[in-house]
Amino acid sequence: MATASNTPQRIVIIGATSGIAEHCARLWAQQGASHLVLVARNQEKLTLIEQDLRVRNPALQIRCQTGNFTDPVSIQQLVDSIANEACPDIVLIAHGTLPDQSQCQQDLAANADALVINGLSPVWFAEAFVTRMVAAGRGTVAVIGSVAGDRGRKSNYVYGAAKGLVTRYVQGLQHRLAGSPVNVVLVKPGPTDTAMTAHLKHQGAKLASVEEVANRIVQAIQNGKATAYAPAKWALIMMIIRHLPRFIFNHMDI
Amino acid sequence: MKISSWGRLSQDKHHVISLSDHHQAAGLIQQSNPGICFGNGRSYGDVCLNPGGTLWQTSTLNRFIHFDEQTGRLRCEAGVLLRDIQRTLVPRGWMLPVTPGTQLITVGGAIANDVHGKNHHVLGSFGDHVHAFRLLKTDGTLLDCSPHTNLFKATIGGMGLTGIILDAELQLRAIKSPWLTTDTVPYHSLDEFFELADASEQAWEHTVSWIDCLSGSQARGIFLRANHADAAPAGNKAPSAKQLTMPLTPPLSLVNGLSLRPFNELYYRLQARKAGPSVAHYEPFSYPLDALQHWNRMYGPRGFYQYQCVVPRTNARDAIAALLDSIRHAGAGSFLAVLKTFGDRPAPGLLSFPMPGATLALDFPNKGSKTLQLFSVLDNIVREAGGRLYAAKDARMPADMFAAGYPNVPEFLTHRDPGISSAMSRRLFGS
Repeated sequence: MATASNTPQRIVIIGATSGIAEHCARLWAQQGASHLVLVARNQEKLTLIEQDLRVRNPALQIRCQTGNFTDPVSIQQLVDSIANEACPDIVLIAHGTLPDQSQCQQDLAANADALVINGLSPVWFAEAFVTRMVAAGRGTVAVIGSVAGDRGRKSNYVYGAAKGLVTRYVQGLQHRLAGSPVNVVLVKPGPTDTAMTAHLKHQGAKLASVEEVANRIVQAIQNGKATAYAPAKWALIMMIIRHLPRFIFNHMDI
Repeated sequence: MKISSWGRLSQDKHHVISLSDHHQAAGLIQQSNPGICFGNGRSYGDVCLNPGGTLWQTSTLNRFIHFDEQTGRLRCEAGVLLRDIQRTLVPRGWMLPVTPGTQLITVGGAIANDVHGKNHHVLGSFGDHVHAFRLLKTDGTLLDCSPHTNLFKATIGGMGLTGIILDAELQLRAIKSPWLTTDTVPYHSLDEFFELADASEQAWEHTVSWIDCLSGSQARGIFLRANHADAAPAGNKAPSAKQLTMPLTPPLSLVNGLSLRPFNELYYRLQARKAGPSVAHYEPFSYPLDALQHWNRMYGPRGFYQYQCVVPRTNARDAIAALLDSIRHAGAGSFLAVLKTFGDRPAPGLLSFPMPGATLALDFPNKGSKTLQLFSVLDNIVREAGGRLYAAKDARMPADMFAAGYPNVPEFLTHRDPGISSAMSRRLFGS
């Protein structure tokens, strides 16, 4: 586990009410982060999380903020308002939804919503924060992608395509920032036991614990890893899936 | 999905609904009742099961709400694990007053089973330290419950049958360090055990004993007593957070006729060599089995029962002797066997398990009817002595055995929520 850092850490979490983000926040609170800005769409849920973190670390300064996650202009304003106060040391971009694949095939409006919230919105946040970090000369942006972004599959290629966009975008940012003091980390969780995947659990899917995934994310950020699968076994599984020849892959019901 | 409780006696399909925040809980529960709450699945039997029906999973309802550093009052959601409370607040000088032999249980489960620890004679059971909780009825009503109300007393130890506990306010105790000063004393008879227990009540907060379940009425065991230390002992390091895992379920129980006798012999000798005073960190002292994840797998694919009874003080010695003789005669049991005494305190709940007397708890690998036959022999001894069984551990007691041991059942039943039903409630109460 990462050890407590001596320097005060200013951390921003976008999509702070997601299960994975909430558990990352708990770890950072325990490790002695000094400032936390929690951004989400739902104020009620944010309040519950804020109360919880205050008990875990009474010295932690917490600010909650709601905002529009689908409009690039609003995102720019939101990022500016946060970064104007002080440039964050760490930004975790964790928001997303798990859309219904067949609905996205029938209804292009739902399809568009899914692509915007899971693909465009995260990279807009990332781009805006990276700009501020480059100016400040330090910082790490971590974006939560997904194993689903590694290869298109019939069961969820709309979500997968959005996460694939995130993967490529982060790759580009990493290339651009190579050798600079600003780091960009891409985390690819496998199916994780959170509210977003409750229906998968009913179908008997094996889900990773949210604590385990959060732990891995916080470590990956600490170590400045370019890409981290969570749990780690997904690196191997997805390497195989990516390299399966099409004549085999197309026969698989996944 | 398929769900087992800790005893792994069944793997039935359940419809599992996660309660992730209290705003959505009411709606979800109104749509899906009847059901029963499922916390961290550490009760041994069927108190948390509802085969073919709904389970409301509370492990995602796991947020702290407020902690007052001056008074030690903690408000938290019902799915918070006792371990998370301890690990968050012990470094700040506060600890749960009462915890059972595992801290991997939820606050809601601790209330619903009114769990006890090794310090019952000093601090009672978990319910003695609950200031208040919010109870959601399946019709959507939300009730604030505080001590001295009947619904409060029915819910403490009420097996989750009176409503869904959403959050609770607990009283913690101040501690000066996470360390304990301990004393280990081997004993060679039940008389010696009871003398030790009586002699330790005044001066020691925690008392418990491991007993060799094959030693019969000529019991031998290891008596362990401890007090909270004022300071960390020099040179002692806190235990590492590393956990071992039982990686798979062996095809046969590892606890069996061949392994039990030599294991008990070895364990007794090793512990007896540690006789005398020592120091221990509270985690390995209080929750030794938490260090081995999935230890329940060692009993093999058929799972295991735990039998925990309490018998009143006056008959305790003879009843415990008779129980141990029957167990030795059957050659059954496990090396996980605990004998301890409860203090003379009124219980906070209508269906609380503790009563003044002695409690014996043993695991039994599931050998089908052979095991169940032994239990009816044990039941008769417990009943005759005026004792009772612990519902949190039970998967098989007959309804009349429960009614005989718990005189408050009729009053309890008036507080049941008609939208809540479990395998245990159907077995013990018919609905």
